[in-house]
Amino acid sequence: MKRTRIALSLITVSLLAACTSSPPTDGQSAVAVEDRSSGAASSGVDNSRVVPVDADSANGKSAYPELKDPKSVLSKRSVLFDYDSYVIKDQYRSLIEAHAKFLTSHTNVKMLIQGNTDERGSREYNLALGQKRADAVKKALTLLGVSEGQLESVSLGEEKPSCGDASESCWSANRRGDMLYSGEF
Amino acid sequence: MTQRILTFLRGTATVCALALASLAQAQLSIEITGAGANRMPVAIASFEGESTLPRAVTDVVRADLERSGLFKMVELGPSPMGADTPPDFGRVRSRGADAFAVGTVAPSGSGRYQVQFRLFDAAKQVSLGSQAMVMAPNQYRTTGHRIADFIYEKLTGEPGVFSTRIAYVLKSGPRYELQIADADGSNAQTALASKEPIISPAWSPDGSRLAYVSFEAKKPVVYVHSLATGQRNVAANFKGSNSAPAWSPDGRRLAVVLTKDGQSQLYSVNADGSGVQRLASSSGIDTEPAWSTDGWIYFTSDRGGSPQIYRVPAGGGEAQRVSFEGSYNVSPRPSPDGKSLVYVSRNGGRFQVTMLDLSSRQTQILTDSAKDESPSFAPNGRMVLYATEVGGRGVLAAVSSDGRVKQRLSVQSGDVREPAWGPQPRN
Repeated sequence: MKRTRIALSLITVSLLAACTSSPPTDGQSAVAVEDRSSGAASSGVDNSRVVPVDADSANGKSAYPELKDPKSVLSKRSVLFDYDSYVIKDQYRSLIEAHAKFLTSHTNVKMLIQGNTDERGSREYNLALGQKRADAVKKALTLLGVSEGQLESVSLGEEKPSCGDASESCWSANRRGDMLYSGEF
Repeated sequence: MTQRILTFLRGTATVCALALASLAQAQLSIEITGAGANRMPVAIASFEGESTLPRAVTDVVRADLERSGLFKMVELGPSPMGADTPPDFGRVRSRGADAFAVGTVAPSGSGRYQVQFRLFDAAKQVSLGSQAMVMAPNQYRTTGHRIADFIYEKLTGEPGVFSTRIAYVLKSGPRYELQIADADGSNAQTALASKEPIISPAWSPDGSRLAYVSFEAKKPVVYVHSLATGQRNVAANFKGSNSAPAWSPDGRRLAVVLTKDGQSQLYSVNADGSGVQRLASSSGIDTEPAWSTDGWIYFTSDRGGSPQIYRVPAGGGEAQRVSFEGSYNVSPRPSPDGKSLVYVSRNGGRFQVTMLDLSSRQTQILTDSAKDESPSFAPNGRMVLYATEVGGRGVLAAVSSDGRVKQRLSVQSGDVREPAWGPQPRN
């Protein structure tokens, strides 16, 4: 009985681990995915290197490595908002433009935009406020020519904070819109 | 156990309804933090023959009555008093009890027991009523709750809620569980386990189903879940967000909040997800609908600039503003008789459960906490269950509609949140 319980917890842990599929949202967490487009290291495979595979990205590898290349602006996926604000700040203009350009040139690719809020107040009202942030990102993309059909804006409200403390620096990190591409959600 | 592992693996990896229930160690424990001013002294004598049960029925009865905050338990000593022997009124009066119960537990064949009890007015020396029920020995809790309901109703004139259940979400580490427990926090069972958030559980009026919002699909989707079978269906999964389910009093339809046509707005759907209709429209956010028994749908809207409570006739019509004080009033829940409304108001940075008398327009802040959320009425309207925070941890708390009686329900580890008080059981 004890052994089965341990076995079960191991399964639970591994499944949970397999499930934590948060896509790299800020570039820093995208580790060592081989860049086949660079051509420089194409001569052979380095046998000492272990290439991590993310079991959760539905097809194993993304068809568009630039989306995960930390050097590409497309690997940046988050837009932060001011307190009680649903307006995209100027500093994110080039980021939004880059994603709009990618989506308009890859019309088969879809994007899920998730809006988030800080933890204060009603969960359902925060869900509605998070939706306004996701909608703001969606609107900015459609104004740049992205088809509505490629985009879905949803809210996670206060439910998925990227930062867990009750402090202003944390709250501001949680007032956020995240852009996820097909295969990442 | 192997079967359980298989069941787990067969289920989707993200959501495993019921299969992991046995792993749930967390038990809600209840603590009384405030009581009514004038508590009636009541004695529950030990029942004759109850020592053969796994635990005494009268322990459950006493704990229930004490917890209500309306009664003060008077000790009668260990010697039992049977249902059929003439009671010793002198002994009871000398201890100061105004009312008392006696009873007998006796085998009734095939391993079952008959529990018979009688309630007396100690001053007038008259019987206030009696009841008999048959139970399996491990049903002593259920039986105790029913006896407490009987006594509560005889002494207060209102139905008790000791046999009701509550739903809430337990978050421990990365894991979310939608749990169902008895109103005293015992018998916690997991209805749904997920690694994604679950919010806004809502009981169907007959208590057989829960509607809730689950984020297992990386977006909010409304499900309807039959508790006895674990079967569930999607009630709303339109493009965008789907949230805030609320049952119509006949249990046929759900008010939901959808963003399929733009901002968060009120719609209704059949419980199977068909027949979507718009309930109201505004240029702002409309959310948190709640159906009253007298034909209104209360909701939160920021159409006037700040989030306030409004209501529309359930059959359609003009919206009326209901809350006027302050700049943040959310999460409305009408009382079962439709005469008052409980909601969360922000008062100088504190979020507190507030009661509004709909005819006198008087408001009363019921709590002294700062992070209250998700209030819901007990089916008799006497208590309000809500979520709050103590020492950085999510706990459940209950407060009487007059603000006097206070209880707290917490777990050893993990956050408890999103409570919903279920309806009276139908049996």
